[in-house]
Amino acid sequence: MVWSDLLIKEHIVPIHFVLLVSRQGKVRLAKWYSPYTLRERSKVIRELSGIIPNRGPKLCNFVEWRGFRAVYRRYAGLYFCMCVDEGDNELELLDIIHHFVEILDRYFGSVCELDLIFNFHKAYYILDEILIAGEVQESNKRSVIRLVRAHDSLVETAKEQANPLSNMLPQATI
Amino acid sequence: MASPSLMETLFQRGLDDIIKGVRHQQSSTESIFISRVIEEIRREIKSTDLQTKSTALQKLTYLNSIHFIDMSWASFHAIECISSPAFSHKKIGYLAISQSFSESTPVILLISNQLRKDLKSGNEFEVSLALDCLSRIGTVDLCRDLASEVFILMSSSKVFIRKKAIGVVLRLFEKYPDAVRVCFKKLVESLEGSDSPIVSAVVGVFCELSAKDPRSYLPLAPEFYRILVDSKNNWVLIKVLKIFVKLAPLEPRLAKRLVEPICDHMRKTGAKSLVFECIRTVVTSFTEYESAMKLAAAKIREFLMEDDPNLKYLGLHAISIMAPKHLWAVLENKDVVIQSLSDEDPNIKLESLRLVMAMASESNLMETCRVLVNYALKSDPDFCNEILGSILSTCCQNVYEVIIDFDWYVSLLGEMSRIPNCKKGEEIENQLIDIGMRVKDVRPELVRIARDLLIDPALLGNPFLHRLLSAAAWVCGEYVEFSRNPVELMEALLQPRTSLLPSSIRTVYMQSAFKILIFCMHSYFLQKEDMTSEVSDLASKRECSESSDLATGKALVQSDQDEGFNPRESNQSFEYPSVVDTGDGQSSTPTFMEKKSLMHESIVNLLNLMELVLSPLSGSLDVEIQERACNVLGFIELVQQEFSNPLIQKEANLDREEVIASRVVEWVHDGFTEELGPVSVTAQDRVPIPDELVLKENLTDLEAICGGVELPAPGSFSLTSPYYGESAVFSVSNLQAEEDSEPSTESTSLLTEHRKRHELYYLPSEKNKIPANDYPPANDPSSSINTNDATEDLVKLADQSLVSKRKPNHAKPRPVVVKLEEGEAAPVVSKKPELKDDLLSGAIHDILLGNEAKAASSQSNPFDKSSSKRKGKAKHVDLLDSKENLAVGEQPNHENPSSRRSKHRGDGKQKSKKSKGKKNGDGREDDGEKESQKIRDHHGRHKSRQRADAPINVVPQTPDIPDYLL
Repeated sequence: MVWSDLLIKEHIVPIHFVLLVSRQGKVRLAKWYSPYTLRERSKVIRELSGIIPNRGPKLCNFVEWRGFRAVYRRYAGLYFCMCVDEGDNELELLDIIHHFVEILDRYFGSVCELDLIFNFHKAYYILDEILIAGEVQESNKRSVIRLVRAHDSLVETAKEQANPLSNMLPQATI
Repeated sequence: MASPSLMETLFQRGLDDIIKGVRHQQSSTESIFISRVIEEIRREIKSTDLQTKSTALQKLTYLNSIHFIDMSWASFHAIECISSPAFSHKKIGYLAISQSFSESTPVILLISNQLRKDLKSGNEFEVSLALDCLSRIGTVDLCRDLASEVFILMSSSKVFIRKKAIGVVLRLFEKYPDAVRVCFKKLVESLEGSDSPIVSAVVGVFCELSAKDPRSYLPLAPEFYRILVDSKNNWVLIKVLKIFVKLAPLEPRLAKRLVEPICDHMRKTGAKSLVFECIRTVVTSFTEYESAMKLAAAKIREFLMEDDPNLKYLGLHAISIMAPKHLWAVLENKDVVIQSLSDEDPNIKLESLRLVMAMASESNLMETCRVLVNYALKSDPDFCNEILGSILSTCCQNVYEVIIDFDWYVSLLGEMSRIPNCKKGEEIENQLIDIGMRVKDVRPELVRIARDLLIDPALLGNPFLHRLLSAAAWVCGEYVEFSRNPVELMEALLQPRTSLLPSSIRTVYMQSAFKILIFCMHSYFLQKEDMTSEVSDLASKRECSESSDLATGKALVQSDQDEGFNPRESNQSFEYPSVVDTGDGQSSTPTFMEKKSLMHESIVNLLNLMELVLSPLSGSLDVEIQERACNVLGFIELVQQEFSNPLIQKEANLDREEVIASRVVEWVHDGFTEELGPVSVTAQDRVPIPDELVLKENLTDLEAICGGVELPAPGSFSLTSPYYGESAVFSVSNLQAEEDSEPSTESTSLLTEHRKRHELYYLPSEKNKIPANDYPPANDPSSSINTNDATEDLVKLADQSLVSKRKPNHAKPRPVVVKLEEGEAAPVVSKKPELKDDLLSGAIHDILLGNEAKAASSQSNPFDKSSSKRKGKAKHVDLLDSKENLAVGEQPNHENPSSRRSKHRGDGKQKSKKSKGKKNGDGREDDGEKESQKIRDHHGRHKSRQRADAPINVVPQTPDIPDYLL
């Protein structure tokens, strides 16, 4: 395992990765903005899910980890975690996490862990609307939701067109 | 015909089924289930029906991102999905690609065309998918191929596309710096406006870019300033502040402008994240502005008072940034700092530890360290070592600047090494040796501490302390003349448990034992000489037999044969140096030097002991150990004949023989007593190179031999560890004759010459007397207060350090600490920037200056402006002069903006300035004037209370900033 690769901060990415980990250490979402191999990814998650859920509630939400700073916040049984370089504004990261959660909440209507489990791809798309190249790009919740809904409807129409049954039913009736 | 695919589609398991399936598995059967699903996916993904294919891909993506299943084999199928006309397939394909592709994915170039198609698509959502994907996986080739498409999208009518395109620019610049030529101007233009999401995106990009190479973005300072003043978006403001932190050190005049708006934000905003960023900006970059610092300190205080551990931590962190220059900030918050030392959170504890150490000064150091060491005993191993580490690093700062009482510090080091969790052996090792070499007065105490460490067999079992023991061994060998009982030291060095030590440290032990042996024999001969010159042989013989009656144990057998040796003070009762009993009362024995009583038989015993211990080692597999053992054994053999069989030999004969032995011993002793002074790291550079020395000749074959040898870490001393140090000094100036040979006269003359030239760097050669130890040891049990409640203790300490600002009267003056002026500066590490960065900043430079050139030529200016700024500076002296004059003339009017304005707007001055710069700076001035006028107006509109001429001082006179933006 070449950890030195991780430590070379050659990629100009403010947020290296976003993780959603349950209290039991199960991954619910993992988005990587810096390049990590598959083995590195699972190692990162193993390490962080060993550290973060074990921290007491009265401790601060920042963890020093391999020269990086992992900022996390717990919502119900789910830990939202972002990893940045040392010296980034931790409070800003907490704000971004909260922003993300609020959008999820609005989109799913009081979001719970199950929503994220079964709509894992939607969580990714929402995150894509908020962050690009590890950088916050949209601070307006409503416009994010509007975009994601537009995506959904496009997918729906595409699905209807592509659905073989709906294509064949008219033929059958003729 | 379509039926197989139809069947597949109808009976294919969807994503939900997989997710449910995995959830229902026990952890033991999970992997079996997953591998079954993977097989299924492998089959389905080959389907010609894109619906089936994409569903399979989606399932695979899920397994990849949550269960880390390899999906690199499916890369091509992902590319097939994104080329589907259906949006849903495309979306699934893009998700799969951005999750799983990397630079090494072989098929990555195949998506170039599809990405281009989607970037040009009429459907903005397809465009946005492609942009997201490019931002994540863009390689050099992709970025080069698609730069122009991204550039077009930067002026898209859709805001969210424009924004994403700007986000992608970051990746573009990183991978393909030439993209700067195309996109940079557009990027700068996008900075206009103040609150749109576009600005937010652009500022984000500049924030990241400027982190790498701030100088290139200095010309944009006015734009950022405007955003800082106008923007209402906290995230944008934070980013702008981050940019200014990078720019401020490059352009000192920025600070004056920035302080006011930043303080404004700090006062007004409710967002903690912004407040914190403001605080951090002020405490890192604007430390000279007293009022801003005061305000920041007040805000930090608010943070510290909150219950939120996050704010508390960040508050402490901010204070620790302030601490080096503004200690008052720490002192003001001392109560919180001290309390935090016992906080639950390790981060907070660490920060507060740093601050406690920052508060340590000459007057309270002893107390602070005592409390912290006691605290370390009770804390968990990690924090314990943090505490020890910070004590060590604080104390050795600036060549032990804060330490007055070195005896105390040395005993503290000894105490620290006995803390069970201590893992700082290496650091303590370095300091023990360093102090030994630098501070002469502390050597007796140092030897005492080292002796205590060496005779404790328990310490040998802790591998973290081995380095420390090697230092102790070295100290004992080097400064053995201060020892009370060298024989005891010798036994400690040769005890059986030393076999636990690594071989490198064992060799130090052996060498030290050898030094001690030489010392003992040398003093024995010295006494004998004295004696023979004073007393007649006969008398001495009688006396000797008398004295030997006092002796006990096995030594008695040989005492009769103790030929011609007698201490001068033999009439007084002396203590027989014990060979057997190591626990013999140290404190009661007078120091060895005073006593000067060394019997012949004790020397014989020493020789026997060494021979006994070392002879098995002469067959050691480790070369170093074997080598040294053989050396010492050879020496023993040489002298032993003369010592051990005095009965057989005749007296006269013996005397003659012993003369030879004593001569040998004297030579070696001379070699060992030659003091190793600290050597400046730059010492070698100062030696002039002789003419006949050929340095250019290629010695590549040597390189192969020396390849493994590492250079010492750049520390304050070249002598960092005993064995290393010795060899290092040897190679330079043959200071010491290690073997039984006399240093050649040539090298001695060289040495004296060197000494003459660099007298400063040598320790004075005369011997020091041992100072009276008239102040209590640091850990005097009677004076130590009950440390049950550490925090209470610490609070007390805090009060003390507040109250006792006066200097305590010390019992004795601080001993001389040898310093090396030049040597202390760490060698400048030339950091070679990455090639990519160079390219990037080079490209940005080109763009900025290229634009400038255009502007200049449009003004029909005969002088070319495209030359680098530096060049411009050198050539256009007049222009620069005028500017500098302006800047200087400005100083007195510092607090009077109106007068400054009049200066700027006053016709006469303006004209004179122009005429001065007329020759070559015309275009530049005009341009600058125009632009700054624009910005002035702009400001007037937005913030009337803002000084009207805000950026004009920041920018137009800054020779560093090209004008096209101003």
